[in-house]
Amino acid sequence: MVKVTIDGIEVEVEAGTTVLNAARKIGGDVVPPAMCYYSKLEGSGGKCRTCLVEVAAGSANDPRPMPKLVASCSTPVQDGMVIKNKTSEKVHVNRGAVTEFLLINHPLDCPICDQAGECHLQDLGFEHGASGTRYEEERRTFDPIDIGNKIKLHMNRCILCYRCVMVANQLTDKRVHGVLGRGDHAEISTYISNAIDNDFSGNMIDVCPVGALTDKTFRFKSRVWFLKPMEASRSCTKCAGKAVVWMFGEEIYRVTARKDKYGEVEDNDGKPAWICNDCRFDHKNVSDWNIEGPRKINRHSVISANHYEKANPLENNTKKIK
Amino acid sequence: MGRKLLLEHIDVPSIETFDVYRKNGGYRSVEKALKTMSPEEVVEEVKKANLKGRGGAGFPTGLKWSFLAKPEGVPRYLLCNADESEPGTFKDRYLMEKIPHLLIEGMIVSSYALGSNLSYIYIRGEYMWVLEILEKAIAEAYAKGFLGKNILGSGFDLDLRVAPGGGAYICGEETALIESLEGKRGNPRIKPPFPAVKGLWGCPTVVNNVESLATVVPIINDGAEEYTKLGTDASNGTKLISACGNVTRGGVYEIELGISVEEFIYGDEWCRGIANNKKIKALVPGGSSVPILPAHLITKTAAGENRLMSYESLADGGFASGSMLGSGGFIVFDEDQCIVRNTWNFARFYAHESCGQCSPCREGTGWMEKVLHRLENGKGNMRDIELLADINKKIEGNTICPLGDAAAWPVAAAIRHFREEFEWHVTHPEDAVKGNYGLLKGITV
Repeated sequence: MVKVTIDGIEVEVEAGTTVLNAARKIGGDVVPPAMCYYSKLEGSGGKCRTCLVEVAAGSANDPRPMPKLVASCSTPVQDGMVIKNKTSEKVHVNRGAVTEFLLINHPLDCPICDQAGECHLQDLGFEHGASGTRYEEERRTFDPIDIGNKIKLHMNRCILCYRCVMVANQLTDKRVHGVLGRGDHAEISTYISNAIDNDFSGNMIDVCPVGALTDKTFRFKSRVWFLKPMEASRSCTKCAGKAVVWMFGEEIYRVTARKDKYGEVEDNDGKPAWICNDCRFDHKNVSDWNIEGPRKINRHSVISANHYEKANPLENNTKKIK
Repeated sequence: MGRKLLLEHIDVPSIETFDVYRKNGGYRSVEKALKTMSPEEVVEEVKKANLKGRGGAGFPTGLKWSFLAKPEGVPRYLLCNADESEPGTFKDRYLMEKIPHLLIEGMIVSSYALGSNLSYIYIRGEYMWVLEILEKAIAEAYAKGFLGKNILGSGFDLDLRVAPGGGAYICGEETALIESLEGKRGNPRIKPPFPAVKGLWGCPTVVNNVESLATVVPIINDGAEEYTKLGTDASNGTKLISACGNVTRGGVYEIELGISVEEFIYGDEWCRGIANNKKIKALVPGGSSVPILPAHLITKTAAGENRLMSYESLADGGFASGSMLGSGGFIVFDEDQCIVRNTWNFARFYAHESCGQCSPCREGTGWMEKVLHRLENGKGNMRDIELLADINKKIEGNTICPLGDAAAWPVAAAIRHFREEFEWHVTHPEDAVKGNYGLLKGITV
């Protein structure tokens, strides 16, 4: 076990843990935001640079500070390391810069985007974004394309976190999608427009931090904050069948995996509870599911938190929203 | 006439063939190293020679070698980075094209030092004809027993292969090169782990530039002591410089480190001055990534000392008034060149070559390119100059690999030294489209 101090709070973690996961062990607002890191996907992280933190002391043996900010999701902790996240002015400035970079080519179409309300980029923009843009150029645009018959890709909204590529690599048996092109014209695409037909491809929607990948069976049906999230299960031969159904009245509008406060799918019996496409797309009757009770959505987004809290009257520990 | 170590026999007819190369002293270092030295002694010799990596970053080669992890039963690899794509740099091409056996010889000795039994030359896709030259030379070396099993009866085996890239600048970054060699998309890896621990196929790997590996040959032949007599205290030996731009005689020159910049530009042996009797306006001394120097900082440093062709002298003054030796891509601009246009050209290159993996570089390089394009075409405003200065500050240091820094530095330096010219583009949009600002006013050279 090694000791590391993050924003003045000391925590003991196993050697080899990343700074980000050490911060998550502390929890609360010392946790850096992460747009591309996803603990359940091997090799994720390091790309978006929103989780940059300042290393004020490298380790007990070598307490020199590091000259550059480091990506907390891919930097292992050292014993005696001192990290500054929200207490660092440099982090504040550069996280704002990364937010600006992510937004310059991102369309301002939140009002018609299905991800609004549960979008990590929206949260990031709220916390670290500027009120206006300095970007006067034309944004890069792509036509929306279908990835299979159930998933829509709006490349304009993509921040190239590579999470969906990793889902395709690690969950499905045959990958036919990846990144084409370079630089700001790089795009997620199915290779020569091959559709993805696989039992677990729908998880790409769940891992997408923005509205680039959306569920075609749910698109434009409702704003997420009008729906009541309920924990539900069914017996499924392909997956654990543990999901969240999003209801309006007595109707199920959409089905997603059970996601924690970092937007990552929860574990079930020690394994990530990814859900299969049958559960996600084809079972939208209340009679398909055993509804277990309301789902507590613990997200940092103001937009979502407000409504989700109201949607969960059984929960009493309502946090004051700042 | 300075002493030449690498290009000494370059003009010998048919030096690209094994027999002629061997007759001119070729492969002596292989004999010496394999028969009389242990691998550790070779590493020690290169360390003592204080050889700095010739690819651009200038990281000491011997030190890099000593970082290589050596776990039991795990193969180690030596990769030669011949993905030379920095604008203004063409020294490695010349070396491989003219005297391919020198690189092969250097790779045999280096592979022996590092314990690599399979080494690769990763060459950029545009150098297809050079690949053919190398493959021919490698076949000769195999036939003569300098490659393959039990080289010269020493018990050391080495296979050497040439692998072409697809023509992406980013694959010159060592971890992107490894990814590309593994057959994947050439995205730089997140470090740590570093290649010395986990590189090609998860095994310890060293990646060195062509010229660095070739320089191992004279170091082993003459000994580190002899080698360090050349050059300055901090920059030992010789360096290949590819001179281009508005010089009278461009080309690849081997210089002894420490000759003055003035001599290199105006000397008869080297560039022979600025073409067409024009005046010099600016200099990019080490490939497009390094900061540009304005005329008054080229031959003299800010402290008034003579500027020398060496790692330390070109970097004198830091980024405020200095630059870097970099890869040796020596680009000279005369009074007719437009700095804004050139900066845009560089920015366009980096925007095109950014791999698109991390946000600051992917979005920032594209943004800078668009703003510079607007400025150059007389559609900019004063705000844009501040914006550019701010964007490059936000990219620098925040990216996965050094491409972000390489894209930011030339823009930062151009604004630092040529702000007047940028402002002129805003205040005289029509003139900026038609003509050229010329030399900076008020500064005499």
